[in-house]
Formats: sequence, C-alpha cells, structure tokens
Amino acid sequence: MSTTEHVHDLGMPASNPIDAAIAASVTTQGEKQTALKAKDFKTDQEVRWCPGCGDYVILNAVQSFLPSLGIAREDMVIVSGIGCSSRFPYYMNTYGMHSIHGRAPAIATGLGVSRPDLSVWVVTGDGDSLSIGGNHLIHALRRNVNITILLFNNRIYGLTKGQYSPTSEVGKVTKSTPMGSLDHPFNPVSLAIGAEATFVGRAMDSDRKGLTDVLRQAAEHQGTALVEIYQNCNIFNDGAFDLLKDPTTGTQWSIPLVHGEPLVFGPDGAACVVRDEFGGLRIAETNQVDASQIVVHDAHREDSSYAYALSRLSSQDLRYTPMGVFRSVQKPTYDRMMAEQLDVAAAQGSDDLDAILGGSDTWTVSA
Amino acid sequence: MTATDPAVSAGSSAPGGLVKSVVELDRVVIRLAGDSGDGMQLTGNRFTSETASFGNDLSTLPNFPAEIRAPTGTLPGVSSFQLHFADHDIMTPGDAPDVLVAMNPAALKANLADLPGGGLLILDSDEFTPRNLAKVGYAVNPIEDGSLEGWQTVSVPLTSMTLDALADSGLGKKEAERSKNMFTLGLLSWMYHRPTEGTVRFLERQFRRKPEIAAANIAAFRAGYNYGETTEAFAVSYEIKPAPMAPGKYRNISGNQALSLGLVAAAKRSGLPMFLGAYPITPASDILHELSKHKAFGIRTFQAEDEIAGIASAIGASFGGALGVTTTSGPGISLKSEALALAIMTELPLVVIDVQRGGPSTGLPTKTEQSDLLQAMFGRNGEAPLPVIAPRSPGDCFDAAIEATRIALTYRTPVILLSDGYLANGSEPWAVPAADSLPDLTGAVDFATEPNGEDGEFLPYLRDPETLARPWAIPGTAGMQHRIGGLEKADKTGNISYDPENHDFMTRTRQAKIDGIAASIGPTDVDDPDGDATVAVIGWGSTYGPIGAGVRRVRRSGRKVAQIHLRHINPFPADLGEVLGRYERVVCPEMNLGQLAMLLRAKYLVDVQSHTQVRGLPFRAAELAAVIQDVIDSTSGAPLAADPTGGGE
Repeated sequence: MSTTEHVHDLGMPASNPIDAAIAASVTTQGEKQTALKAKDFKTDQEVRWCPGCGDYVILNAVQSFLPSLGIAREDMVIVSGIGCSSRFPYYMNTYGMHSIHGRAPAIATGLGVSRPDLSVWVVTGDGDSLSIGGNHLIHALRRNVNITILLFNNRIYGLTKGQYSPTSEVGKVTKSTPMGSLDHPFNPVSLAIGAEATFVGRAMDSDRKGLTDVLRQAAEHQGTALVEIYQNCNIFNDGAFDLLKDPTTGTQWSIPLVHGEPLVFGPDGAACVVRDEFGGLRIAETNQVDASQIVVHDAHREDSSYAYALSRLSSQDLRYTPMGVFRSVQKPTYDRMMAEQLDVAAAQGSDDLDAILGGSDTWTVSA
Repeated sequence: MTATDPAVSAGSSAPGGLVKSVVELDRVVIRLAGDSGDGMQLTGNRFTSETASFGNDLSTLPNFPAEIRAPTGTLPGVSSFQLHFADHDIMTPGDAPDVLVAMNPAALKANLADLPGGGLLILDSDEFTPRNLAKVGYAVNPIEDGSLEGWQTVSVPLTSMTLDALADSGLGKKEAERSKNMFTLGLLSWMYHRPTEGTVRFLERQFRRKPEIAAANIAAFRAGYNYGETTEAFAVSYEIKPAPMAPGKYRNISGNQALSLGLVAAAKRSGLPMFLGAYPITPASDILHELSKHKAFGIRTFQAEDEIAGIASAIGASFGGALGVTTTSGPGISLKSEALALAIMTELPLVVIDVQRGGPSTGLPTKTEQSDLLQAMFGRNGEAPLPVIAPRSPGDCFDAAIEATRIALTYRTPVILLSDGYLANGSEPWAVPAADSLPDLTGAVDFATEPNGEDGEFLPYLRDPETLARPWAIPGTAGMQHRIGGLEKADKTGNISYDPENHDFMTRTRQAKIDGIAASIGPTDVDDPDGDATVAVIGWGSTYGPIGAGVRRVRRSGRKVAQIHLRHINPFPADLGEVLGRYERVVCPEMNLGQLAMLLRAKYLVDVQSHTQVRGLPFRAAELAAVIQDVIDSTSGAPLAADPTGGGE
C-alpha cells in the first residue's frame, strides 16, 4: 500500500503519526516485501494443537496460499476470539490479536474501519462465533466491513473438553448432554446469508485445493467474507465429517458449487439440483429431469434467496452438503463509505479546533 | 427573594402609565416545571443562553423522567429545569428555587414542596382544569382554595394568551398551543431583563425549514415579553448584574458537550485519528451525537451493536494506532468489564467514559449518582488495575477528557473517566481556551518503528523504564509483526507464558505501571486558606460544587475548613496520605454509600467520616454546610453561630 493511499484512507493530514510510523519502517526495513513464501508466514512459536487436529491442515493451507495474495506480512492482521482455532494468530508471522470470547468480529470491525489499508482476518470457531459471539458475527456481516472471517466448525467445544456446540446435531451425546442435546443447530451458511453477507463459502479442512480456492475468493472479496471450514476434532468429535471426506460417500453427498456450472453431483453425475414449486431448490435424479431444469450455479445473484435455498439443501446429517462459494456479490464496504463521509466532511467543513471550541454562541468579557 | 437586601432602583414607565419598579438582586434560582411535552428543557436552555450571554455566572440542573412521553398531565411525566444565576461566581444550581413556574397541576404538585414559603409561584391557570386536577389527585383547585397563600402566587392564563397572540398565525389550536413555552420564556425574559436577540436568532435557525413555526414561536415569545411589560400582575422586574469574570471569551457548556470537545481536542493535540465505539445509553448518548458531527477532524464514530462491541471495536482501532474511545453509563460498564481487562492485558491506550447514573441494574437512567467508583476500580476478574479520573464541573469535563487521553497514551492503558448525569446535562459558563494553549500530546504517541531487541527482534513487552509503558507498534509497520492477547504474556517477548514467576512479576508490573502514574500528576488540590483548619472535607467528581458552596457557608460563619477535591482517584496523588494526616477529622460526602471513603480508609488508615445520599440529585449546599459545621463544632468544642448571611453562595 502506498503512503498516498494511507493519506486518503485516513481522511487526515499527511503528517499523521500512523503514516509517519509506516514510512519510518520502510526507511529502516526497506520496501514492503510482497514476494513471500509459506515459511515467511510461520512464527517461532511451537504449534500446540492436539496431534492430528484439522487445524494443522488449515494453518498449512493458509500459510501456503497467502504469498499468492501479494500482501506484505505487516499489512495483515489476524484477530481471533477464544477456543482451539483462536490460537491461530500465534502461528502466523503477521500482526495478530488473540482476544476474548466471541468479540473478534467487533475488534476486527474497529480495526478495519479505522485502517482500511490493512488486510484484516478473523479466525473463530463454532462456539466463539455462533454462541457467545453470535451478535457480533451477524452485525459484522450486515455492515459489510472489509474483513475475512474463517469459521472453523468442528461441531463441538474442544478447549473446554467436549461439550456440544451451536452446530452440534440434535441428540448429540456429550459431557454436558448425557441424554442427548436438545438444541437445534445453526447452519452457519444459512445464518450468514440471512444476515445478508456479501460473501459466503464453505470448505473442508482436508481438501487443500477446494479450501485454497474458497479462501482466495474470500480474500479478494471487498466486504465481509465468511468461510465456514469443516474441521475435524480428532479428540472430542472425531470423524464428524467423514461422510463428506470418504471418497465414495463424499462424492455422493457433496454438491460442488462452481459458478456458471450446472449443479450436478454424485457418482456419474446421477443427482442434480432443480427448482421446487415453492421457489426453493430440491434434489432430483439427473436422468428424470430435462437438462434445462437443472440449476446453473450463480454466486453473483443479488437476491440472496437462491443462496439461502442452496444452504437449506443439507440437513444436520450432512447429506447433500454444498461445498464452495454460495454467494459473492459486490456492495459498498462500510469502511470505504465511512472514509468517504470523512472526506466529504473535510471538504465541506474545517478542522479548526478554535472554531468548534467557541461554538456559535459566545460572549466576551473585557479587561 | 434572596438573602441580600433588594435595592429598588428607578421605576420604569410602561405603556398605559403603569409604573414598574426594578429590584436589584445578587442571585436567583428559577425552576421551570411542566409536562414532558411542554418543552421545559428547551425553555430552560434558552433562558440559560440568554443569561450566559448577559454575563451572569450560572449553573443548571435539568431533571426529567426516563419515559420519553409519560401520560400527559401525570406526575411521572413532569420535567423540570432549574437555573441558578448570579452577579458573582456560584457553584451549584441552587438548593431550592426562588421562583417556580408550573405549567400544569402535576408540575405544581411535584415541585411545590421545594419552593420556600414566600417564593414566587407562576401558574398557567388554563391548565388547572377539573380533568387535569383530577389526574394528580387535587379534589379542589389549589388556585382557588387558598392553599397557595403562603407563596406569592401569580396565576396567568399562559395557554389562552398564547393562542390569542397566534390567532392570525394560521396555525391550528394544537400547534399554536405548543408555543406557550416561548410565551413563558418571553415573560421571564422581561422579568429578569434578559437579552432577547439570541432567542429570536435561535428560533429562526431551529425552524428555518418551517418559517411559519419560527414566526409563531417568535410572536409568542414577544407577546410574553410585552405582556410582562404591560400587565399589572407583575409590578416588579429584577436585575442581576453580570458577574465579574476573568477577561476572555466565554460560552455556556454542558458536561457532555465539554467532554466531547475535550476528546476532539485531545485527538487533535495528539495528532491521532479518533475512533469512538459506542452504544446509545442515557445519559451518555449526547457524546456520541456530538462527536459524530466532527468528522472533519478525522473522527470516526461507530454505533456498535452492543456495549461490548463498542469497547471491542475501540480496542481494535487502538491496536491500529487510533485513539480508541468508548462511552457509556453504569450498565454499559458492567458489560464492558471483560474487554477492559483485555485492554489492560494487551496494554493498549483506551479512553472509557462512564457517565454515571442511578443504579444498580437499570436503576434511575436520567438521574445522577456516583456509585460506579468501585466498579471502575475493581470490576474485573484478576488483578486488573487501571487509572480512574473524574471531572468536577461541566466545564471541567473538557480538561478531564484531555487528561484521560494523556494518561492512556503515555502509559498505554485503558483509563476510566467518571462523569455523571448531573455534570452531563448541567451547564455553566466556560472560558473558551485557545487551541494552541492546550497540552501537546504528540510526545505521548511515539509509535515503535524499529526492533528493540538485542538480536534485532521486536520485543512488544520491553518496557519504557520510566513509565513502564510497552511499545506501541501498529500494523503496517514493517519488521514489527507481533501477537498480543488476553493470555498472560512473558516479560519482554510477549509470548504466551504460564510460568509462575513470570505471572507474579507481570501482575506486579502492571500494578506498578498504574501506581507510577502518580509521578505525572500534581500534588493534592487542597483549599485551606489559612492553612490551620482541623477539619477537611474531601470529595471527587460532581460533588465539587455543592461541597464548595457548603464550605463557603461554613467559612462565612467564622469556622475553618479545608476542601480537598480529587481529580485522580487511581492512583491518588502521591502526597494524599500526608495531606489527610494533617487534619483531625476528614469528612467525605458522596452520592453513593461511601465508596471513596472506603478506598481512603483502606489505603491510608484514616478514620474518614462518610456522609452519603443517593436521591438521584446533587447534594444541597445547606445540608453539607450543616454536616461540616457539626463536625467542626464537635471537634473544637466551642460552637459558633451559623452562617450569619443565612445562605447564599
């Protein structure tokens, strides 16, 4: 990011201390480095997730694909909440904050709004973002601040050792639900689309290619992007996503979302998605319908009803789970619009402190 | 009407040959009371502006219900505005009104007990209808049953005279009636020789898109003024000369306004962009409103989804190098507790404004109290010290905001500033400072731009040896990438550490950093004119005015008392223990159940005598004078007579 862009972004005089600090570091450290390798994003901190945890796979995928974005490490900030996934920032050689439970989207919002020049990421889990932090998540999504939210969904509380989470299936037996969970789970993608998120995607921890593809699109999206990443907790909820990971059943029950392609899936493309009579979507056998009836995926539809209908195809047992980018539409971002308001105010008014201290109604006492 | 001898000056001749006399007073307390929909706050504010521009010293006390519109004409719907103005410097809005204007029976019923016998009572007789009387339980009209004989009662058909004045305005009856507050303001403006141009300009500006409404209000205002001049109902008008004030430019300012401007000034004088994360809450919302007008100063205001997001977003902004601010009131501070501790742990600058109100829980949203002090001090898990400061008057909110910012930036810590509902909505004349005379805060910013470790690495928790502040390295600064968070930090590196010795060290270091702030603040503010008082009265925050007024009364009686007022409550000024030790007795009035007294007793082993009230209203000066007098007399043995002037400030 150039210094002149900072000046514009911050709506401030060029001599502000933020620009000065960034300029000073360029002087001492040399120009910003954007030709980076995966190892450049690693820190000296020992990664402390359980051996075999899906978080390792996601960390590797993120570190491997980040260099391709061409963003300098110092221009990237990763904010997390509390939970296993929220340790993520410690392992990334960027700026980072491991904050408090559920509040990462709010912290990232304040950072993103005041520093539109940065690439701000949130790493959160299903408990962090959908239980204690549900409010912040939906409001971040509706505001469309330019932040990217990675929601690691393992459908369990790991760090507190195995209670059910807001995405656990009904009837789940855990330490806190010995007779089975009574809670109806959230579908994070449905929730995000309901909150009018401009970008919503879903990927699998073990699917490096699919994960990287969704992450890249999310990173390039202007506005709040939510990526739900199915992540295996091999200690407290092992095999939660095996139905989708197994080569045979995975093909049968996953619906790959490719923009512009017909929604045909399953072995030999035997299944497809068609419109139902109520304006929603349903699964059909490909050979039972006319090709023109098969829905061609359009992630850019302004109206979110279609993306929502897609998200409702799957049930809590994971059958018919769409994977990929559900929705990606362009809307003005909150941070940009706020910066514009500041620009307008600066153009129309002045920052003369004496003028506002005096106000419009003063009187003078003479000596 | 007041303590001083009324000096009758030359009579003036009104049209019709009516001779009216002018009485000179040194001070007056007026209370305007009406229904929430009667515009009493606006009327009070306008009268205040007229009075300020005339040059009197003044102090105001708005008092309104939490309900936006309680049922019309009922007791819960009564809204009032009290204004004390004088030809000398005053410290409070007055213990009791000299003049009560009651716009309906409910306003009379709710306020009459506060009006001393012989006081002037002005009533809108049109509103004393059987229906309105019944609403508040008057079986008989008090105007007619002789029950108001103890006061100088003037019953005026304010509503119908307003309607008469606006007969040709083209407005409907209901709309025209709404101008009766301006008629009343006109009448009072005549009675107290207030300048009128400001109000006319104000009405033109306020209703510039509805010229017919502006014209009607101005007509009603003038009609009220002319009525005063011509009626036989008011034979006397009053003059209160301007108060001597230091030369300079003045404006009238409320605490919330002053606080907002203080924050703008602090941002400007630090060179930082300000980010305010706030959730609307009474009585703090006006700060959000005011700051949202100042975008030209690079101020971003963010109305968050809740109190937690308000502070969390401000912490995020601070991490990015902005001056992070969050504003709230008591219940909001409760919600912000966990995030406050995050700011303590991450050692980021943050200004937290708590405009205190009556508690606990929702409490008394529109009334004042000082009961969040211990929450501000200790309301977090773990050993979580942070600086606490408090303004003493509406205008002082400006300086307190700058001081809070100075501490936050210099020491990289959240700071809680405790205002309250009385300061927030009350107002006083304020000497407008020159921008370049304000503290220069640029030195406190000092972003880290180069690695500070011996091996060329960046150590985010390697502290400044003097302030113990850690470096503030902001995203975008190359080579300084680091991770912070709520987990305990290893000294210097900031890496996660569960080491017992490190936790002990870091806990003590965080405390030492806050304690060390005392080195940057002045000695205790003691007002002890002769230096030989044996009794001291100590306070913090908005009790400064009432305590000061009480102290003046006590001194006028020949007694000696020292007044100590604290701006900094955490840490206390370094010499406070020694100062308290000089006095035989220390009295501490607070609008809580003794929170500062508890801190002083715990820290200095001083037998502080706590005097408390939680009525949702400021102390009365007379009450405090009596308390202080009793303590002095029980200490010295020989009681003196009470204040010979019988009151006044």
